Amino acid sequence: MTSTGSIIYLEDVTVSYDGFKALSRLNFYMDRRELRVVIGPNGAGKTTLLDVISGRAKPEHGRVIFGDHTDLLPLRENDIAGLGIGRKFQTPSVFVNLSVWDNVELSLKRASKGVFATLLERDAGGERERIAATLATVGLADKAARPAGALSHGEKQWLEIGMVIAQDPELLLVDEPVAGMTDEETSRTGELLESIAADRSVLVIEHDMEFVRQIARKVTVLHQGTVLCEGPVDQVQNDPRVLEVYIGRRREGTNAHG
Amino acid sequence: MPRREAVALGVAALLLVVALPICNALPTSSPLHLSDFRLNLFGKFLAYAILALGLDLLWGYAGVLSLGHGVFFGLGAYAMGMHLMLEIGAKSVYQSALPDFMVWNQVKELPLFWRPFYSGAFTLAAIVLVPGLFALAFGFLAFRSRIRGVYFSIITQALALSAWLVFNRNEMRLGGTNGLADFKTIFGFSLNQASTQRGLYAVTALVLVVAYLVCRWITNSRAGKVLVAIRDSETRVLFSGYSPARYKLFVFVVSAVLAGVAGALYAPQVGIITPAKLGVLPSIEMVVWVAAGGRGTLVGAALGAFGVNWMQSWLTTSYPDLWLLFLGGLFMGVVLFFPDGLVGALARTATRMMRLTRSASSTATPTESARSREAPRTGHPRPEPVSRTPLQ
Repeated sequence: MTSTGSIIYLEDVTVSYDGFKALSRLNFYMDRRELRVVIGPNGAGKTTLLDVISGRAKPEHGRVIFGDHTDLLPLRENDIAGLGIGRKFQTPSVFVNLSVWDNVELSLKRASKGVFATLLERDAGGERERIAATLATVGLADKAARPAGALSHGEKQWLEIGMVIAQDPELLLVDEPVAGMTDEETSRTGELLESIAADRSVLVIEHDMEFVRQIARKVTVLHQGTVLCEGPVDQVQNDPRVLEVYIGRRREGTNAHG
Repeated sequence: MPRREAVALGVAALLLVVALPICNALPTSSPLHLSDFRLNLFGKFLAYAILALGLDLLWGYAGVLSLGHGVFFGLGAYAMGMHLMLEIGAKSVYQSALPDFMVWNQVKELPLFWRPFYSGAFTLAAIVLVPGLFALAFGFLAFRSRIRGVYFSIITQALALSAWLVFNRNEMRLGGTNGLADFKTIFGFSLNQASTQRGLYAVTALVLVVAYLVCRWITNSRAGKVLVAIRDSETRVLFSGYSPARYKLFVFVVSAVLAGVAGALYAPQVGIITPAKLGVLPSIEMVVWVAAGGRGTLVGAALGAFGVNWMQSWLTTSYPDLWLLFLGGLFMGVVLFFPDGLVGALARTATRMMRLTRSASSTATPTESARSREAPRTGHPRPEPVSRTPLQ
């Protein structure tokens, strides 16, 4: 059917909100084990791209194929998550009234996440190691007992990344992970994402160009709902079309602020 | 269940189920005697507490605020009431096999939907199934359409209003505004006998204990954590692979069944059920009980139902004009000053006291030492309480 090496494949996808085309006949695909960064000015359709893959937005047109031949369009968000697509939101979304440990426990991949299965399950012994390992990966092992609401902004972001890893996804969708982080937190997050990408596919949306240079191998630039260009970060940065829509716009913004 | 909680529950169960009925059975001269009137009052409060447990499961844990639980309470109460009406038989005022209100309304024949209620077994099943299935259908439509937050509260309020309007109509053959009353016997036992009322009270107390155990079993399971997670971030739950709609539907049905059972226990003890008990106002009062006692604790909800209603029965006899003012003031006071309710406020005071005694006895910084002592090595950490914004 489609190219067999791809983890996610979007063909001719159009999404519109009240006449505004957030995505317009978009074609996009990613290889397995790829770390891809998607950039683009505001309103380019970056978050909508993640919405389409994770099932939150349903395109009026086009195809979305996960792995070799799983059609994602008829599936709900929780089913798509169960297939192995994890999503990290832009603003940290964790369960503030549960402990850090419980946050990860709930996220773990398991056979059934239905009401009656979870009613009967208590403390599965084998899960402890997995939870502890996940917390160690994101550097929150010593805060397992704290309520997630007591974590700092950066720690909440890491916890959410940990929760997504706990789902053991084949594809991670990460929306602006370093927004609001300090420089040190940003570089730690970069290392974290690179280590995750060693055995999974990761799709990151980012604004912070310095961060993009730190982690990116291949960059896709979105503009007005379609792919403007794609390639290694240096090449993309010097592409005149990118300079026009991205850097040019930024200069406008600077003038407007100044 | 932690040992301390199990012991506390055992003591409370013994007191409510065994000790109070015994006190009631003692001769009037005994200093421990509990009057029939008071025991009956307590029975009513405990029925309310059963409902409050379910409402707390729904609102305090899953964060779904229903302003229409009076409807489910009413469905259970009417199901029981219909059976009790039929049990009266020809001993009614008009000495007809039909309930009195049907005689006034010139109804010549018992409506078809009344007939199965001759059977006690059918009635008991209906008490559980009618509110449960109705909640299943209503909740399915609401949660599938992703109606949540304040919008869900509003449509449940609309449900309470429409149910009130429907039950008030004489054409419904449910007694209209006057409801169902004048019950004589329940499963053959005379409702005028003190021993019958004592038995009803004991059954209510026992059901409350069982309901508490069921609710605690749910909140201690992983599903209970999912409910709290839904309150915190429904989107995250969805993208973690759970269907929040199914969890909310489940807990909505459980709470509706508990409300129905509460209604069925209420009707024979109070002796009357009217549409006024299932409208908007009583539904909101139910929420106030849970808020005042403390959301998300179960114990708080039961204490709130008991406490607020006790205060109501005292105030409405001593200062009848003040009750509604007091209820409004109580709700505003809770929202403004005690968002965690009575139990939350007590827990916070206890924590503060403990910190004070610890800092007095040790030189280490109190918070740090407390944390390291509480933090378990691997599994099952308990989160410290985080204060919540009200009405969320």
